[in-house]
Amino acid sequence: MRLRSLALIFYFILLMLPIYWLLLMSLQTTDQILGGFKFFPEQPTLANFARILTDYSWYSGYLNSLSYVALNTIISLSVALPAAYAFSRYRFIGDKHMFFWLLSNRMAPPAVFLLPFFNLYSTIGLFDTPIAVALAHCLFNVPLAVWILEGFMSSVPREIDEMAYIDGYSFPHFFVRIFMPLIRSGIGVTAFFCFMFSWVELLLARTLTSVNAKPIVVTMTRTVSAAGMDWGLLAAAGVLTIVPGAIVIWFVRNYIAKGFALGRV
Amino acid sequence: MEKTYNNRAWLLVIPVFVIVAFSAIIPLMTVVNYSVQDIFGPGQRFFVGAEWYKETLRDPRLHGAFLRQIAFSLTILAIEVPLGIAIALALPTRGWGVSASLVLLALPLLIPWNVVGTIWQIFARADIGLGGRLLAELGVDYNYARDPIDAWITVVVMDVWHWTPLVVLLCYSGLRAIPPAFYQAAQVDGASSWAVFRYIQLPKLTGVLTIAVLLRFMDSFLIYTEPFVLTGGGPGNATTFLSQFLATAAVGRFDLGPAAAFSIIYFLFILLFSWLFYTAIMRIQTGER
Repeated sequence: MRLRSLALIFYFILLMLPIYWLLLMSLQTTDQILGGFKFFPEQPTLANFARILTDYSWYSGYLNSLSYVALNTIISLSVALPAAYAFSRYRFIGDKHMFFWLLSNRMAPPAVFLLPFFNLYSTIGLFDTPIAVALAHCLFNVPLAVWILEGFMSSVPREIDEMAYIDGYSFPHFFVRIFMPLIRSGIGVTAFFCFMFSWVELLLARTLTSVNAKPIVVTMTRTVSAAGMDWGLLAAAGVLTIVPGAIVIWFVRNYIAKGFALGRV
Repeated sequence: MEKTYNNRAWLLVIPVFVIVAFSAIIPLMTVVNYSVQDIFGPGQRFFVGAEWYKETLRDPRLHGAFLRQIAFSLTILAIEVPLGIAIALALPTRGWGVSASLVLLALPLLIPWNVVGTIWQIFARADIGLGGRLLAELGVDYNYARDPIDAWITVVVMDVWHWTPLVVLLCYSGLRAIPPAFYQAAQVDGASSWAVFRYIQLPKLTGVLTIAVLLRFMDSFLIYTEPFVLTGGGPGNATTFLSQFLATAAVGRFDLGPAAAFSIIYFLFILLFSWLFYTAIMRIQTGER
């Protein structure tokens, strides 16, 4: 038992160490980082964070990212809710095939869609807008949302639906007033997962934007390739991208496994 | 519970169908279109049939990327699955430790993938990173930017760090679903802890483990961002996996035809695994529960 706890603590230390190191780097200037090796910051400075939060070319990246992530979450949830209800309550022609087709899109390599997306969104004039990225991320987020929501909805007994219909509720009324409050934790978890997968994605976001809608993850990679690394600044930008996820994670901690298993745990 | 048969349910599915079709079917048809033509510019294109497919399938660079991909996916599965089970078994089952461990475990999963690359890029450097420095102090000649084996190890360690928590979370929730009565019965019978694991916990974990293995296998097949940031696919081609290979061909060199043909092959391959995955999940759902 003793040994087991020690091993566990050791694993958690290993897990946190790289993140701690990023945090440490972000609190130092590049000169300090290159100047000497230390485990604790001697003169911690918030200069890197201050620079990101005041320089438009940096903080606009965060705003762009947040705007397409929010758009994507709204689109994904609003189309996935009715569909998940249909899959959890009814059998219909081609339901299994439809469900599999959706899953296959969650598993599709984004790299395959790079070039056609680029052409498609250039043609319809959406290239370099948050809408383009939000729509492109629907490719994997809508199927994911349907899967997770279907799992949550199937655990709600069907008698509730029948009772509501007997009481004379119309479908939209029942769905919004009675059913959605019942699965609100499921909706929360789904929103969280849409948020997260859109937030961490780089490849499509990078291809579909150039200047105006450049997301933060891309701003970071372009700094990496510039001559003369500013490690402190890069680390600070990294720390700031972890913050939103770290805040929301607390609220959904008990449902994370269910979300990752596509609603199947 | 039997579901009712009602084709009007399609009305609820149509919005999803439209939006996913827009992002999936139209682009996919474009790719098919590219893959059978040689395109020089606007208005200058020739039908070449299966030429690009033949060329792509014979491309030794693709064979290299494919073999590296398989080796990578099998390596990380061999490490992450046993490690994940072991950690899930060791996690606390009650008290404040539960929430704290779950949050800490989930943290790496929520870091943007390129930041994961950045974290390890910094962490593994010999001059400023703790990991690289530690190895240097121990007298190990380690440089992930120059030595292919070091780069390979770094990418594997990074993936293990990043994704083992997923296996842990799935196994942990699988373990929590085992009724306490099972353990009490085992105690009455005087079962050893190995017997408890082998005959109670492992069988109950089959479902979540299947999901974990297939998810990890498929997601590792799509890996792009982390190696791209960490090593850029190098040194040489040592860490160029399939997505990286494709992205370089499509956006880097703008070889539309071959890139499209390769996309189709890649996509069909993934589709095969998705089908296996789907069948497995459906069997778990209908069979064991």
